[in-house]
Amino acid sequence: MSHPRTISQCLAVHAFPVVLTLVACLLGCSKGSSGSSGTPSSDAPMMAGGKMALTDTEVVVGQLHSATGTMAISETGSIEAERLAIGQINDGGGILGRKIRIIQEDGASDWPTFAEKAKKLLEQDHVASVFGCWTSASRKAVLPVFEKDNGLLYYPTFYEGLEQSKNVFYTGQEATQQILAGLDWIHKTKNANTFFLIGSDYIWPRTSNKIARKHIENVLHGQVLGEEYYPLGHTQFGSLINKIKEAKPDVVYAIVVGGSNVAFYKQLRAAGVTAENQTLLTISVTEDEMLGIGGENMVGFYAAMKYFQSLDNENNKKFVAAFKAKYGPNSVIGDVTQAAYLGPWLWKAAVEKAQSFDIDKVVAASPGIELTTAPEGYVKIDPNHHLWSKLRIGLAQADGQFKVVYESGLIQPNPFPKGYQ
Amino acid sequence: MMAIWVMQAFTGLSNFSVLLLMALGLAIIFGQMGVINMAHGEFLTIGAYTTYGLSQVSDRWAPWLSKSYFLLAVVVAFALAGLVGLAVEYFMVRHLYRRPLDTLLATWGLSLIMQQAFRSAFGAREVSATLPAWLMGSVKPTATIDIPINGLVVMGLTTVLTALVFVGLFRTRLGIDVRATMQNRSMASAAGINTGRIDRFTFAFGCGLAGIAGAAFTTIGSTGPTSGSLYIVDTFLVVVFGGAQSLLGTIGSAFTIAQTQAATEFFMTGSMAKVVTLSAVILVLMVRPQGLFALKMRR
Repeated sequence: MSHPRTISQCLAVHAFPVVLTLVACLLGCSKGSSGSSGTPSSDAPMMAGGKMALTDTEVVVGQLHSATGTMAISETGSIEAERLAIGQINDGGGILGRKIRIIQEDGASDWPTFAEKAKKLLEQDHVASVFGCWTSASRKAVLPVFEKDNGLLYYPTFYEGLEQSKNVFYTGQEATQQILAGLDWIHKTKNANTFFLIGSDYIWPRTSNKIARKHIENVLHGQVLGEEYYPLGHTQFGSLINKIKEAKPDVVYAIVVGGSNVAFYKQLRAAGVTAENQTLLTISVTEDEMLGIGGENMVGFYAAMKYFQSLDNENNKKFVAAFKAKYGPNSVIGDVTQAAYLGPWLWKAAVEKAQSFDIDKVVAASPGIELTTAPEGYVKIDPNHHLWSKLRIGLAQADGQFKVVYESGLIQPNPFPKGYQ
Repeated sequence: MMAIWVMQAFTGLSNFSVLLLMALGLAIIFGQMGVINMAHGEFLTIGAYTTYGLSQVSDRWAPWLSKSYFLLAVVVAFALAGLVGLAVEYFMVRHLYRRPLDTLLATWGLSLIMQQAFRSAFGAREVSATLPAWLMGSVKPTATIDIPINGLVVMGLTTVLTALVFVGLFRTRLGIDVRATMQNRSMASAAGINTGRIDRFTFAFGCGLAGIAGAAFTTIGSTGPTSGSLYIVDTFLVVVFGGAQSLLGTIGSAFTIAQTQAATEFFMTGSMAKVVTLSAVILVLMVRPQGLFALKMRR
């Protein structure tokens, strides 16, 4: 996913890296002299470019999200969930007898900064794994760093697919997992044959709508009445809403993000388009976004996700309770937050299976790992580094939560779908 | 079909009033005073958070306010944003009046500081004010026509404020002082006008208007630390295109841009519509660098 770009952001892109590079340099130098902590144990595995930050009692991991800047809106939940998981793992005795220590870096919503910080985590801190990134842009920025330094990244966001790397595990859904089952469901239960596709204008919505269109036309034999993209941060949707009214589609399929999202739903409601007269399915609104949109503006619309906070199972009840105990009773948990929570647990399972923190061994041990304690239920790592997961359809409620109305079977991840490109 | 055209016409008008409302404050600060205020969007955000804050207050402690707090929010937003504007003028902007480019950098820095301040105070996530039901529905003159009420509210607010600004600037003593100061500072000063005070007042007033716009935009847009910055580009566009020093120009330009945008959006996709609109603006500015309306004055 991504976010609205603004003029100040454009300026930030050009002015920030210079300052941040300097700061990073200064910090790096001072940290470098104090040295990698403790004495490495005798069996400490070697890593390309130096020793891993690992002692007999401690293992160091990195956390790389935007705590500041426009993306902090979205990434805060992921930061919190990863910290919760790591805290729980430590309380349970850690991994292979070692406690996990976190070094948190701030990507500051700026892609070059993400790359710089990834480099710092891998080359200076020698972290055993990194939990981080949110937008595809930030992931693409750090990918070459992780591949060059042979690092390990757990990436939480549902995204457009078309990527697979030895050094990355994708704990969110790739596009086909999120899209196909949802369209099938709405086609069947709502007898929907005509669709209007809407998106913010960047890679994730465009790729996702491309997949959706192929599926609608070739598999469901339905019709796409319109496909529209609006610039990120667009705030006036009056004309678009009139076009929807004119086209009268069975389903509006919406992938609008950021501040635009709020404007879109508020203006829909104000223009008299509600669940009473229009079916709408979105893949870009989680409980997090609902906070900003306001439940009353979304009531009765559908969202397709693998996780909703309201999921009724024991794992999830425990997870939600622990999350609220740590971050306050009013905190909400969206799809990505749950996916971020899986990262540390999947890593722990892989390390324990490999009996080593060595990245090559952890990667080799990962495929086939199952997690039965996941809040979303059961997940399994596929050899293509994505997760097997279910798709759920949530019905938006006025209180900002979703009611689960449909649950698919386990779906195999397919980041390079044939016939959909 | 007829219904769609009616609603589309309203959309154009509604976009016009949104653009005008957000540009009004900047038309005074940038247009009249010549201060490039990159933090203008953040003053909108102050207004938005004011609305959110008051909605929280009314939700928790004063349910009797829940229907009318929005009107109160408009007033409080004006006052708060104006006060912050006053402080900004006093501590920062007035030291930079002769250095417009430094003002650009300084106010941009200020906008970053303010965004982070919002983030620290209200959290990074977007929030949502519970808007009274009477604000969110639509009017249905016929079965097929929906006229959004929030659009009507923004339109009404814009009309009233624009009228007030005009009366204020052209019909009051204070307005004459303001215009005199902006047009010829030393002469105004020689005539006994306290130009420093006029500057401070004008800047604060422009910021206050931005606060009102921010409060009004909670009905149609998001409330988050960076919400205001969504509007800043369009705001500058409107003021520059209209001819920076002319208020009438700002109105004409908001109207032209909104109508072009609404019409093109209807016939092509959103991103293409933006391309067409911006290209048209560039073309016009190439022919008329001074903008649509230029103030005639002796140099």
